[in-house]
Amino acid sequence: MTTRREGVTPAEEPEGQRVLLAEADVARTIARMAHQVIEKTAPEEGAPPVLLGIPSRGAPLARRLAGRIAEFSGQTVDTGIVDVTLYRDDLRLRPNRPLEPTTLPEDGIDGRLVVLVDDVLYSGRTIRAALDALRDHGRPKAIQLAVLVDRGHREVPIRADYVGKNVPTSRAEDIAVLLTETDGTDGVVLRPAREEGDQG
Amino acid sequence: MTHLLSAEHLGRDDAVAILDTAEELKRTLLHREVRKLPTLRGRTVVTMFYENSTRTRVSFEIAGKWMSADVINVSASGSSVSKGESLRDTAATLAAAGADCVIVRHPASGAPQRIAGWLDGVSVINAGDGMHEHPTQALLDAATLRERLGGLEGRRVLIVGDVLHSRVARSNVHLLRTLGAEVTLVAPPTMLPDGMDRWLDEAEVPVSYDLDAELPGTDAVMMLRVQAERLGGGGDSSAGFFPSTREYSISYGLSEARARLLPEHAVILHPGPMLRGMEIASSVADAQNSVITEQVRNGVHVRMAVLYHLLASEETK
Repeated sequence: MTTRREGVTPAEEPEGQRVLLAEADVARTIARMAHQVIEKTAPEEGAPPVLLGIPSRGAPLARRLAGRIAEFSGQTVDTGIVDVTLYRDDLRLRPNRPLEPTTLPEDGIDGRLVVLVDDVLYSGRTIRAALDALRDHGRPKAIQLAVLVDRGHREVPIRADYVGKNVPTSRAEDIAVLLTETDGTDGVVLRPAREEGDQG
Repeated sequence: MTHLLSAEHLGRDDAVAILDTAEELKRTLLHREVRKLPTLRGRTVVTMFYENSTRTRVSFEIAGKWMSADVINVSASGSSVSKGESLRDTAATLAAAGADCVIVRHPASGAPQRIAGWLDGVSVINAGDGMHEHPTQALLDAATLRERLGGLEGRRVLIVGDVLHSRVARSNVHLLRTLGAEVTLVAPPTMLPDGMDRWLDEAEVPVSYDLDAELPGTDAVMMLRVQAERLGGGGDSSAGFFPSTREYSISYGLSEARARLLPEHAVILHPGPMLRGMEIASSVADAQNSVITEQVRNGVHVRMAVLYHLLASEETK
């Protein structure tokens, strides 16, 4: 998985950018993660997991992952969105951020297996905030984490249960996850950081 | 944003951002077991009320507490103000004691602006200053109207009653127009500010003395309380502004018969406290299309949003 993607020629890549996952790779990766979620949660008694995406790109990712899980397992999977803005520990270090909607399944998350879904796992601080947010929304039976890209550089002891792709990076680089829902196309691109990223 | 001192100087983008945040907060808190967010943990908010208030003070206190700020209430009667301490010294004391935000209600117009100029690194929120402004009331009115009417662009809003003494009216005129609504003022000629033409362009904010004629074409009607405490005139409740309370009620009160002139979708607002039977009939205040308790409910979310915008991000310090 560490070789350059076939079909993507250097000419297509703007200066300094490297395509880590092309459109087809993203779809394949999500399909693989769906199988892993099914495999790891199948022995669980009762309801299937609830997939909660973290805005912005975690939300469409959660819906896609849920779609594939439903397709492969035949079980319908609840999805939702959990906005962590109000729980962040870096609010005072940045300009104001608008809030994103939070939507949870009708009957809540009490006693359910929750899988948090985000695009990039970096410092881990976003996930820490999400764990705090979930605590205020109910008491899940267990919480797992699925990320499309794990780029390392953790600042808190958090790890993902499902990883689409591990990418060793330098802090001077940016990982851009592009999704059709938010960016018009699918892909994962590594590029030099323009400014301090806010990926967590 | 560092302070919230007036609706007049609140830009459209900031106003919409606050309303959007309030809407999101309302939604996110609705079905939650724990109605508390950790966002303002460790920040200290002081309410400094030099005038009586129930809903505004309580609403700010709840808003601060639901955001996990430490909220301390200071009232003029229970503080050193009653020993003769100046406004400046009281404000400086609160800042030195560690307040990050001071919420001020004061009978003198402009008091919060003065405090904002005196204090460094402290956010000041105007919770009503004399006959000037009450911006968070206008914001919660706008939030309620937006929720009930689906938007404010092009909506017609009547503001009826004691416009002269009303900071609520002034803030609403500015904010509602910023958000694209058309505002008409209805009041007895004696209860409009002197020099209306210098304050507002008659073509943009029409003034009417005939409530019955205005009601059928409006989307919302906001009734104002006649502010007896600001009328002067000793024991006389009308103080020469109108012949009698009964006559005021007949000409400018929202009676049941008048409420029937409103279109089906129109809503009735009142900033409170209401004088039932004076500017609004009791049955009208409790009617289906009255959103008066909804205004109070939205007040908490709007004030949480204001605190979030002033205190949560980097710009304040």
